Amino acid sequence: MPASSRSEAATADLPVRSSLQLDLSRPILIAVTALLVVMIALPMGWLIVYSLSDKQGTATLGNFVTLFTDPSFVDPLITTLIIAVSVSAICCIVAAPLGWLVARTDMPIRRIVRTLVMASLVTPPFVGAIAWEMLAAPNSGLLNQLWRSLTGMPSDEALFDIYSLTGLIFVIACYTFPYVFILVANALDRMPGELEDASSMLGAKTWQTARRITMPLALPTLLAGALVAFLQALNLFGSPAILAIPAGFHTLTTRIWSLFQFPPKPELAAAASLPLLLLTILLLRGQALALGRRGYAVLGGKYGEPRLVRLGAWRLPAAALALLVLAMPLFLPYAALFNSAFSRVASRLVTLDTITLHNVRFTFLELSSTMPALKNTFLLATLSATLGAVLALLIAYIVARRAVPGHRVLAFLATAPLAIPGIVLGVGLFLAYTRPPLTLYGTLWILLIAFITIELPAAYQQLSSAFHAVHPELEEAGRMLGASRLRTLADITAPLLRSAVIATWCFVFVAVIRELSAAVILFTSETKVLSVLIFDLKESGDVGAIAVLSLTMVGITTVVVAVANRFGGGREAGRLHARTAG
Amino acid sequence: MHRRTLLGAAALLPFGARVVSAAPPAETITPALIEAARKEGKVSYYTAMDLSVAEPMAKAFEAKFPGIKVAVERTGAERLFNRLAQETASNIKRCDVVNSSDAAHFITWKREGWLQPYVTVDITENVAPEMRDPEGAFVNQRTHLSAMAYHIGLVKPGDAPKGFNDLLDPKYAGKLVKGHPGYSGTIMTATHQIARELGWGYFEKLAKQKVMQVQSATEPPKKLEAGERAVAVDGSDYLFWMGRERGVPIEVVYPVEGTPLISNPMAVFKAAPNPSAARLLFAWIMSGEGQEFIVNLSGQYPANLKVKAKAGRPPLSSIKTLREDPVEVEKTADEIKAKYARIFKV
Repeated sequence: MPASSRSEAATADLPVRSSLQLDLSRPILIAVTALLVVMIALPMGWLIVYSLSDKQGTATLGNFVTLFTDPSFVDPLITTLIIAVSVSAICCIVAAPLGWLVARTDMPIRRIVRTLVMASLVTPPFVGAIAWEMLAAPNSGLLNQLWRSLTGMPSDEALFDIYSLTGLIFVIACYTFPYVFILVANALDRMPGELEDASSMLGAKTWQTARRITMPLALPTLLAGALVAFLQALNLFGSPAILAIPAGFHTLTTRIWSLFQFPPKPELAAAASLPLLLLTILLLRGQALALGRRGYAVLGGKYGEPRLVRLGAWRLPAAALALLVLAMPLFLPYAALFNSAFSRVASRLVTLDTITLHNVRFTFLELSSTMPALKNTFLLATLSATLGAVLALLIAYIVARRAVPGHRVLAFLATAPLAIPGIVLGVGLFLAYTRPPLTLYGTLWILLIAFITIELPAAYQQLSSAFHAVHPELEEAGRMLGASRLRTLADITAPLLRSAVIATWCFVFVAVIRELSAAVILFTSETKVLSVLIFDLKESGDVGAIAVLSLTMVGITTVVVAVANRFGGGREAGRLHARTAG
Repeated sequence: MHRRTLLGAAALLPFGARVVSAAPPAETITPALIEAARKEGKVSYYTAMDLSVAEPMAKAFEAKFPGIKVAVERTGAERLFNRLAQETASNIKRCDVVNSSDAAHFITWKREGWLQPYVTVDITENVAPEMRDPEGAFVNQRTHLSAMAYHIGLVKPGDAPKGFNDLLDPKYAGKLVKGHPGYSGTIMTATHQIARELGWGYFEKLAKQKVMQVQSATEPPKKLEAGERAVAVDGSDYLFWMGRERGVPIEVVYPVEGTPLISNPMAVFKAAPNPSAARLLFAWIMSGEGQEFIVNLSGQYPANLKVKAKAGRPPLSSIKTLREDPVEVEKTADEIKAKYARIFKV
């Protein structure tokens, strides 16, 4: 049934039903649309207005002239592009072979490797950057100390200097390649085995098959992955803020942040945000094209399980390589964090004699910001996850069932925030809500709006793919038996989607706990969250407390993810997705 | 604003010269004040003081006056200034007592009418008139210095720098760590004094030494302790000393050109949501007991003349200090930040 006639039928039913069974879908649709428009259009509108005005509020292009002529903006712009390109390349070089090893070969411990790569995503990038500071600061870094003690080099020789452009690129790549890895590994999982079988039956050797069949099939996914990595690196705030300033340079995001130093220059900040926004929109278009092409590999009936490539003598070296790669985002940084959490000085290895609870005591008993920040973080994460999941569920339902005309607009609005980098959204919300009628700055609401907006696209995509797997006939049966659309949604659809909803909830929860780039613009002393507290402590160099708080943060996140997995959330969503694709 | 030439000692600060004042009458800590503060139950203290001093001080206050919780809001003075401006502009009332390492901020805040004049007997009797605002809007809480320091394991005492100009020697390239005036009030004040004495050309030369740039003046001491850099160009002197007393192998250097002097004024905020607790905390910090706590823990130089400086630290009068000039800093702060950012690229 076409969308319009069906909704007309729904409206036509109305007078027949009792008032208790009023179909609320139209008011809800209008409300949701209005909400999304306000959430996205208001901050972005103010962003554009500000970028085109001077301090007095008169229209000008002066901000953009400054942006593209003043070296204090041009340099960060160039630096940011160098970082994004390099990170993207490194991520592909690392993630493609690793994804292939895990998905298509008989490498030992490949399941564990896969889980651990995903687990490394739990680490907020700025915590990773702080941990790598502990490891590879040129003099005090543990790895450099180890290297000097092994080689007898003098005290100012360093193997790694994390306070450098290459250091920053390395750290960003550490926490970006998992995204590319997941894309590649999942694509390889779903790739038809028959094509490869045919190739080997025709006499191609293992490597030939990999080169001629597997790689071309995976290429669009890899391209999409490269774009994801590029975007991550482009819009990241935390790692550059930790590493670039000591190294003596800015990226575009840290420069935008620095414009909020006194005296704040929101006009310039708005103008500097627009290139990020435009570039992100362009690249997302590119990604859609690249992923769109993948279709030919997966569509068209059932395929056999892909066959595993036998690595033979290379099995152990492959596993060793995978572990070495995992050491970078996972083993080494966490070792460093644990070390400094229980040590008086982060640059010394803790021993039984020097182990101390000083930092733990300081963090939880003395530091008066800890408990309020923990409380705010939990409250915001729970609320954002709940409201975000409900909102995403509503939108996904309306779009998937074409419940009302105009549903496409909703789908567009729900995915639009994907194009808004966190720091840009932060600036936009700051401009929009520091004025009447909604002076939300200084309240938790503004953070709640920011977090829900940022996480909505992912939540929506996750739930909409789950919706496609639930056949509309089930709902239609409910509707025929006289239940309203909402009732059907609650009684029939929601239970079928339970695991996908739980997965989405957890996903948003975790993402909110680690969010820094919007929060750092929007927080006030009363609404400090954990990530901002860690960032504040970084300013005064209290690494012991940072280590304790970071481990606490990651601990909480891990528990939530584990609970999610227990409910089968993640896997279920994956399976639904696979079914849709098949 | 009245200006004076100041020489050396902390006793001379240009907060205002005449004691003829429109200041409110001096008060003491009365049972009524304590009771009213207890009813409010909490007080927020905005400060740039290192957490290792500010949080224990807050705990000491909480122990002395049970039932009143102190929320310490610590960040670099320049960020604190920005945060307060944003919060006030958005009509967010949270700050009760404010304490900053950039004395110039108090000139701005007083002019804006954000400060609540409040004077205690401890202040009128035991704090030098030069250290307090004639109208009682603020008072110096303590004084510290932005000193230089080096790590004994990384620099031989014979090789150690004696002053700012020594740091331009190529042998220190890549070995220096330094705070940033865009974040730290101590460094802002110090940058103004150094630029005035040595010229901005000095910073241009220093920037060629591959200086590691950190934010707060509280961080260079921590980088030195970690052994990350051999020499700190600047940083809060009390943290170098506290590290030294804990056994960290560092030596404090008072530059031959003179050491930047940093006063740390404090005020009750007019929009304080907890006005009684704010006054109580303010009064306690300026009392002999509060001042002694800060001095015993950190060795900063007290404003209350009845409290003795910490034994084992060099007396302030023995150190050649540079003249602090908040009035000039207030006028040129934005220019200093912009120049500094251009020279050091961050």
